[in-house]
Amino acid sequence: MTPLVGWHPHETWAWLTGSPLFGLTLTLGGYAVGRWAHRRTGSPLLQPVLVAIVLVGAVLMLTDVPYADYLAGGRFVGFWLGPATVALALPLHQEWHLVRRAAVPILVGVVAGAVVSIGSAVLLTRVAGGDRTLQLTMAPKAATTPVSLALSAQVGGLPALTAVLTILAGITGATVGPWVLDRLRIRDLRARGIALGAVSHGIGTSRALQESRTEGAFSALSMALTALATSLLVPLLLKLVE
Amino acid sequence: MSDLPLLTGVLVLLGCQLLGEVTVRLLGLEVPGPVVGMVVFFVILRVRRPSERSGLVRAPSLLLRHLQLLFVPAGVGIVVYLDTLRDDGLPLAAGLWLSWLLGLAVTGGAVAGLSALRRKDRR
Repeated sequence: MTPLVGWHPHETWAWLTGSPLFGLTLTLGGYAVGRWAHRRTGSPLLQPVLVAIVLVGAVLMLTDVPYADYLAGGRFVGFWLGPATVALALPLHQEWHLVRRAAVPILVGVVAGAVVSIGSAVLLTRVAGGDRTLQLTMAPKAATTPVSLALSAQVGGLPALTAVLTILAGITGATVGPWVLDRLRIRDLRARGIALGAVSHGIGTSRALQESRTEGAFSALSMALTALATSLLVPLLLKLVE
Repeated sequence: MSDLPLLTGVLVLLGCQLLGEVTVRLLGLEVPGPVVGMVVFFVILRVRRPSERSGLVRAPSLLLRHLQLLFVPAGVGIVVYLDTLRDDGLPLAAGLWLSWLLGLAVTGGAVAGLSALRRKDRR
């Protein structure tokens, strides 16, 4: 006779880690802890995205769950990056009266920023001893994740590593960006927003939105234009520096 | 528009992205689909001028408030590359952070400088 109740830890664990429920709960849980830590300490260094990545990464390494298994649930969260990119039209609409008057500085700033970001990424990686694949992987890092990923694949880099580098660039902007801008004595809210969006895309924009709606709107605009400029300039500049 | 404004808002965001993704593929454009979707949504906002309570404002506000959450799954991919990051630490750090700093300084400087110049012109 089979007993009514048994004890199946291995089967349960195998089911759990293969289920989307695992990655989804872990992602939202890590983010909740990150928000709590950010509010509690008020420290700009404890950005929720950074805390969440460290926590989730630590859990995966401790439990030996492969990244691909985690993505079964994680991809449901990542999917919303597309609609969120569309959503950036909102701050742009709300601050349009300011944006319209600054069209020339915005365009010049974004194009100059994209050229410097791409060019210096490739050249500095090369000078410091990185091979060709690494240079191509680094080239589109300033553009927002869905864009940098696609560009990296297009030019022959490692797309998943580009995504990681892009997010690190974003986290750098969210944690120390405003502090660096203070040191550079760039105080104009429009210039600060454009600069953050140009090098730290959506993650930098989320910090800019914390600072002020105007800075956030300019950062959102800059990130969108940078995505455009980077898609056009990466293939072009790569030919030049080769 | 509907008794579920948030649903309407999310539907509009998805619709705009869908339109963008289909357009870039149909025309073979080298621009990301969501960016085209953003332009479409911007036009909708300019034309309709929705109130603060409308789903067209509430759905995007919700997503933007939690923008950082959406980057977590791709960022966790760092666990796959820990060895690469260690082996190629120097070129990766130089290509990432020095380049980030240069980009930030040049962009911020250019916009601040040009804005100041234009203000002087107007006086």
